This record gives sequence, C-alpha cells and structure tokens, in this order.
Amino acid sequence: MGGFFKSSIGRKVAMALSAFFLMFFLIIHLAVNITSLFSVELFNQLSHFMGTNPLVQLALQPVLIIGVVFHFVMGFVLELKNRKAIGVKYAKNNGAANSTWMSRNMIYSGLAILAFLVLHFIDFWIPEMAVKYIEGDMTGMIAGTQEFRYFEELQHKFVSPIRVGAYVIAFVLLALHLLHGFTSAFQSMGVTAGRKKFLQAFGKVYSYLIPLGFIIIAIYHHFNH
Amino acid sequence: MSGKGMNLTLKIWRQKGANDKGRMVDYKVNDISEHMSFLEMMDVLNEQLIAEGEEPVAFDHDCREGICGMCSLYINGEAHGPDRGITTCQLHMRMFNDGDTITIEPWRAAAFPVIKDLVVDRTAFERIQQAGGFISVNTSGNTQDANAIPISKHDADEAMDAATCIGCGACVATCKNSSAMLFVGAKVSQYALLPQGQVEAADRVRNMVAQMDLEGFGNCTNTGACEVECPKGISLDNIARMNRELLKASLK
Repeated sequence: MGGFFKSSIGRKVAMALSAFFLMFFLIIHLAVNITSLFSVELFNQLSHFMGTNPLVQLALQPVLIIGVVFHFVMGFVLELKNRKAIGVKYAKNNGAANSTWMSRNMIYSGLAILAFLVLHFIDFWIPEMAVKYIEGDMTGMIAGTQEFRYFEELQHKFVSPIRVGAYVIAFVLLALHLLHGFTSAFQSMGVTAGRKKFLQAFGKVYSYLIPLGFIIIAIYHHFNH
Repeated sequence: MSGKGMNLTLKIWRQKGANDKGRMVDYKVNDISEHMSFLEMMDVLNEQLIAEGEEPVAFDHDCREGICGMCSLYINGEAHGPDRGITTCQLHMRMFNDGDTITIEPWRAAAFPVIKDLVVDRTAFERIQQAGGFISVNTSGNTQDANAIPISKHDADEAMDAATCIGCGACVATCKNSSAMLFVGAKVSQYALLPQGQVEAADRVRNMVAQMDLEGFGNCTNTGACEVECPKGISLDNIARMNRELLKASLK
C-alpha cells in the first residue's frame, strides 16, 4: 500500500480523500453557523459544545488542521511536478476549447481560499485559542456576565464591510473550486462521474449552496447588528 | 481552382534538432483549396520551400486516413486543430477562412522531446505499453479458442472502445499537466475488461503506471480536456477504471 501513495494515481487519490473530508467539514461548519440566523441560543450552545468538547477539540480539530495542510501542500507539490512535466510552453494554447476555467485554475482558487483561511484564523481561531488555552477561560461567557460570548463575537466581526467583502469574494472562489473539485474527487476515486448524472447534479447543488449559505450569514450579520 | 483558394499565414515551430533552441517562423501559402486536408496544405508549403531551396518542415504522418496515430500538430492552440473526433490528416482546410493566421506547434510535454521541427519523440508510449500492455498466451499448440470464453456484449464493447486508442498523444499534448493517463487508462482498460487480461491484471496496472511516472508525465487533475481532444473519443471513465485497478492491485 505504501507504493500506492507514491504513485501519481495514489497522490491523486490522497488529494480526493482529503477533499472529501474537507467537503464534509464544510457541511458541519455551515450547519452550525446557519443557526445564528434564527436562534442566538442554539448557535451559542452549539459553538460552546464545539469549542469545549474534548473529542472535537483534541481529536477532530487536529485532524482537520492536518487535512487542510495536507490538501494544500499536496496540491502545491503536484502543481510544481506538473509544471515540470510540461516542458516548453505552447505559443498559442486554447484551453477554453476543451475544459472549464475552474478545472484549469484550481491552484489559484485554492491559493485564494488559503489566503482567506489565514484571515479566518486571525479573526476567529487564534483569539479563541488564546482565550481558552492561554488565558484558561473555558466558560465561553462574556467577562463578568452570565451570557455566552460567541454570538456577540460573530456579530462584531461582520460589522466591517471590508471583511464581509473579503469573505464574499473568498466564498465565490470556494464555489469555483468546488465546482471542479466535487466531481473531480469522485473521478479520482474511480467513480465514473461521466456516467453518473446524479453525482454531477448533486455536485453542482453542493458547490453553489455551501458558499451561498456562508455568504448569506456574513451579509445578514453585517446588516443586523 | 486558381484564385479561388485561401491565402494563409502560417506560424510554424522550426527546430533543427533536439539541441536547437527553436523558434516560430512565418510562412505564406496561397490558393489553398478548402477540400485539402491539413497535411496536404503542409505538403503544398513544403513543395514551395523545396522550390525556394529551403529546408522543408518536418512533420509526422503515415496512413493519412485517421487510424495510424502518427500525425500530430498543435494547431491554433488545439491538438489536431479545431475539429472534433479527428486526426490532423482528417482536418479539412474548410475549417479555416481566407486570410487566417494559423499557429502550428509540436506536441509539448517534457516526456515528448522535439526531434525536429514538428516531430516529437513518442517512444515513451512504447515503453509504457511494453511494461504491461499485453497478455501472455500459451502457444504450445493447444491454445484455447478466444471465442470459447463467453464475454458480455457490454464488456466486449467497452474493451473495444478502449482499444480504439491509436496512441497519437493528443491527450498528453492537450493536458495542462502533460498527463498520459487517458492513454494508459485506455491501454489498461482494454485488458481489464476481458477475462484474458485478468491473469496479469495487477502487475499490468502497477508496471504501466510506474513506467508512466518514470517517463515524467504529469498528474491528472480531471480537467477532461484529453477526452474532448481525443480523435477516437476515449472516455475519461477509462482513467477512473485505471485508478480502481491500481487500488485493487495495491490492496492485494
């Protein structure tokens, strides 16, 4: 099995497996966030659970970070290898004649998503880690009150129109990344997506709905705070 | 015919040999009939160059009826030019217009080095094929009749579809990663679908993929460009099947 992941196809399968994991995570993340649109209480409770449950924090969170880093590093390594395989470039190349823009520019949509993740970590993850594990405050309460801080923090972050704009752009690029990535991951795993119309249709719905959900949340909180 | 044909400007890659740097050179050809094939147009150019005492443009060709896989050429940014399901010898000049400028380049891939002008070395495909693209048959005199082994119509058709690959290399030339997976996928599939191919199935896919990687072809990113540009319409499903075959072989 070790030899498998060293082969070109094995690496492709590894990319697909990490992609499946990340696509599943996006569903969970959206499901939690979307509760902020209709129930402050539910959102706070779910956030507190995710933020303090040892299984989530100590097992799932590291796996997720490893998954993101792996997907990025592997994507980058494969891109560099592929550039080497090309050799001399064409003077004239009509890529649009036979493939989609999304499929040809995964590295760029991926890099944009990575840049967004840096912003997202600075916005939410690093302060969260600081409060919980450096300051040691695991209560999830606003200092000196009996109220959860999560919803407050969420609203506060989306006051800035620049941040909301950056989030929206990032999610549009995520949609473009998913539009190729979803069916591509299945194809890499050996599922013949060409014949399975359902997968393609489902992939399209997923690729539009997930980013759209996050965009709606960001814009909603921008205008309702 | 005279005066009714097309006048064209050709931008052609000229390279004296493997070690020459190479460059694009402009040529003019006049009075090209729309009924000519693209290669016949190239013949007209070469006649002209020979008459002028210049070195003709080297390009690969053989059967000129779309079956040998010898002709190549990256024409106006597409393998085998703008038409679909054809090789360059089947590309008609009626696909172009009077006054057009046509860019003609060799297949580009690190694993397909240029030999001269538009001719590239595609022997990497031969080495991949030799690594496992065969079945061993006992020819001691009591060989079993192939027709005695029942094969479903569906499998036979799919195997035949995969076997129609002529190994021209358009998939590699088109791929943004110079990946050879459509070619190898087809060559793996044509045996994987038949009972005769089962004996060596695991070794075949392992060795052919290893050779493909060794030759320096890139990784597939599922853009699907190869399938579109393939003159024989080889399906992307063959790549998926090769992935399954390799996974299966690795789990053994």
